Amino acid sequence: MKADPIGVLTGAHYLDGDFACGEGAMAAGCRFVAGYPITPSTEVVERISRRFPTMGGTFIQMEDELASMAAVVGGSWTGTKSMTVTSGPGFSLMMENIGLAAMMETPCVVVNVQRGGPSTGLPTMVGQADVMQARWGSHGDYEIIAMSPQSPQEAFDLTIEAFNLSEIYRVPVMFLMDEIVGHMTERVVIPPADEIEVVPRALTGKTPEEFEPYQINGKPTPEFARAGDGYRFHTTGLTHDERGYPEMSVECQERCVRRLLEKITDNADRIVRFEEEATDDAEVVVVTYGITARVARLAIDMARRRGVKVGSVRLIVIWPFAEKLIRELAGKVRALVVPEINYGQLVLEVERCAAGKCAVLPVSHGGGSVHDPAVIAEVIVKAAAEAA
Amino acid sequence: MASAASERTEIRITGFGGQGVVLAGHIIGHACAINAGMNATMIQSFGPEARGSACSSTLAVSKSEVLYPYIGRPDILVAMSSEGYEKYRDELKDDGTLIYEQDLVQPRVKKGQRSSCVPSTRIAESLGRAIVQNIVMVGFFGAVTGLVPREALSEAVLHSVPPGTEKLNLSAFDRGFEYFEEAVRQSVLEVHRPPLEGVPA
Amino acid sequence: MSKDKVGTRTDFPPTPPEFLPEQQPDHPVTPYLRMERIPHVWCPGCGIGTVVKCFATALERSGADLDKVSVVSGIGCSGRAAGYLKLDGFHTTHGRAIPFATGLKLGRPELEVAVFSGDGDLSGIGGNHFIHAARRNMDLLVILINNFIYGMTGGQNAPTTPLTAKSSTMPFGNFEAPFNIPHLAASCGAPYVARWTCLHIRRLTWAMEEALDRKGFRLIEVIAPCPTLYSRLNKLGTGLNGMRFYHDNAEIRHGADTRELDIDFQKSITCGKFVDEERPTFLDQMNEHYGQVLGEKYVPMSPEGGWLHG
Ligand SMILES: Cc1ncc(C[n+]2csc(CCOP(=O)(O)OP(=O)(O)O)c2C)c(N)n1
Ligand code: SF4
Ligand SMILES: [Mg+2]
Repeated sequence: MKADPIGVLTGAHYLDGDFACGEGAMAAGCRFVAGYPITPSTEVVERISRRFPTMGGTFIQMEDELASMAAVVGGSWTGTKSMTVTSGPGFSLMMENIGLAAMMETPCVVVNVQRGGPSTGLPTMVGQADVMQARWGSHGDYEIIAMSPQSPQEAFDLTIEAFNLSEIYRVPVMFLMDEIVGHMTERVVIPPADEIEVVPRALTGKTPEEFEPYQINGKPTPEFARAGDGYRFHTTGLTHDERGYPEMSVECQERCVRRLLEKITDNADRIVRFEEEATDDAEVVVVTYGITARVARLAIDMARRRGVKVGSVRLIVIWPFAEKLIRELAGKVRALVVPEINYGQLVLEVERCAAGKCAVLPVSHGGGSVHDPAVIAEVIVKAAAEAA
Repeated sequence: MASAASERTEIRITGFGGQGVVLAGHIIGHACAINAGMNATMIQSFGPEARGSACSSTLAVSKSEVLYPYIGRPDILVAMSSEGYEKYRDELKDDGTLIYEQDLVQPRVKKGQRSSCVPSTRIAESLGRAIVQNIVMVGFFGAVTGLVPREALSEAVLHSVPPGTEKLNLSAFDRGFEYFEEAVRQSVLEVHRPPLEGVPA
Repeated sequence: MSKDKVGTRTDFPPTPPEFLPEQQPDHPVTPYLRMERIPHVWCPGCGIGTVVKCFATALERSGADLDKVSVVSGIGCSGRAAGYLKLDGFHTTHGRAIPFATGLKLGRPELEVAVFSGDGDLSGIGGNHFIHAARRNMDLLVILINNFIYGMTGGQNAPTTPLTAKSSTMPFGNFEAPFNIPHLAASCGAPYVARWTCLHIRRLTWAMEEALDRKGFRLIEVIAPCPTLYSRLNKLGTGLNGMRFYHDNAEIRHGADTRELDIDFQKSITCGKFVDEERPTFLDQMNEHYGQVLGEKYVPMSPEGGWLHG
């Protein structure tokens, strides 16, 4: 269906990524946000708290990020689209209830505007080191979706996408921005509401008597009933059966958890999104995401001027990982070069998928700034030379 | 400064907290990116730096896509305070343009650098509100650099200021813009030409 | 909980009793319970079931639209309550029942949201959420079951364990000062505060019924026996001994100064209704404030929840 015009600020704006993300959330139909201030993410909720009162939305500043995430899971169970916004230290605190959201199959969006870590790290400076935490940060086996925008425009566009995916797959979607994208101001074009496709919360058509909250009937996800519609359902963070009742058994654990994983892994091809450029005859392909993708394009130009055939892949959806793509590329190219603003996180996943079929070279950066494109270019050129 | 034909123009605006450094950057970026069909990426300084005496915002303006978000050595340095100027003066390109607040900054430019100044605070005060100093500077910037058409900038001013203050801000903008034109006509800029670095005044 | 499990650290529910109690389909609160989940996990003599029964009775008497009542629990023996009530029920994470419930209330303001959890859950790990929800006067009915101990994990010290009482992590007796729960709530601004014990079935039920009729952050502390752990570690006998102790030592003082409600080990327990005031809730204040400041521009969330289907 189309977006509700009341939440859509149609027009061309000069916005930073944080504001654009907030606008994306409102356009997507988000009407409940709980958060706790943290640089460099706070502008998202500042934007929302100013605009929500005019569109039937409620923002609450909770006492901490534990509470924020718990409130978002609760909010979503009323059918109201819900989101929270944070950065590294708060993301750590949210892990507990991100796990709850995954286990209860709660659609919601968690925005993490990444800064340098660990701990308090670099509050006002960029990092991309929460990529693995976004995937694995809560305990136990579960799957999430994670996306990474490279510009304020994408912060807007992909936030809508994040909400849509969270509705379709009933998972928390991690929206991995970074300090630069969050704090950089660029042109953001917001289309008219009737050009924005949003996925509404699909409420079950079953009667309360027929309804079971975790019965899937051959579909990837169960049907949803919201609190207050007379279904009197039960849901829990414990391992549960189709009725949502706790069951501590090996069989139930297998059924319950396997489905949480497979609803994402089985649909990975549909969820995965990337941009591919000049990979057909490339000797070296650069695999990037977020702000680093922009800087890498300068490096690619430099390497091309030095005669290297370089292609690029920009991951827009980071999790589930684009396994198939990387596997195929690994069979064709001499090397995959992976610059990221951390000491080597997603490169591990690239290595796993490449499985020794080509060289995989990280270009690490500890955070606080983007890479110097020349450094990436150097690795590209060396990779091409060594593999030759 | 970078000519209109060159790919990318890098700008740093600096001043002290409360002078509206970020708003000035935002207005220029808005004018370029929304009203003049260019690409403009603005980044403001954050954290302790933003609270100190020398805060700044940077802009990368280009006809093509801006890939690298940070600036290297700016083509244009707009200095609205002396501390900001001291902090960033060495960054300015050897053939860059310095634009500064005449009463607050005592610059020493290098050979090959251009400079223009405006008593933006005094002009703002003469309009009754010192707070519009940054808008005077934006107008002056527009006239000096010719980076964007005057209308694109003035529209961006109107778009960015609080409702009810449009008239005041527009006259601040005009005064800044016209100050340069007037100065060119009278060639007073030469009078204010700062001493070259290393050469005693 | 069977004896051999005592002292082990496990989140698994205590082993249910070996014999199944006769199901009583015509028990008056049957329609309010998930009978298919009976037998429940609680030990014989445990006070938690009594509180659930009182709540079901209060719900029936209150005439509330049960389709619109949600119950939220954290983790713990008390936290299992949400699993037995036939309402929209949420068994969340340890300590986070109140913020989860806050999300439910704000996401769909017409809901009546009750939080049902333990002393450790609500005043220990969740203590910060407790005081802030009270400060904001979030519209929640909070039933805090105080058994003076962490039951589910095997009897560790709680923020409510009385001085000198033994717990599995204070084997030589507790030396940390405990919370006075009603005072904590009242001093943070809770407009309804009461305390009863599991013995006071009628008064407790009545308090719940009354609280359902009030708005804002309503706290009812219920002192409950945990024969398996607290009573055993402190040699206090069975659940029945616990009830006898309440009978002999509970003192009803409505309107008592909440500063005087500390509970000393095996000393008198002051019960009653201590606070019953009107104070605008979070939503009242938000609606009024935005209405004043923004006038016609203010669009409050619909009672049914945020925008769903255009
Ligand atoms: C984050 C986290 N820490 C610890 C636990 C283990 N745990 C489960 S219940 C509980 C204590 C519950 O005590 P209380 O709230 O008093 O409930 P009771 O069992 O006494 O009714 C603890 C520590 C947990 N589940 N989650
Ligand atoms: S609180 Fe004590 S008596 Fe009750 S179920 Fe838990 S361990 Fe058993
Ligand atoms: Mg307890």
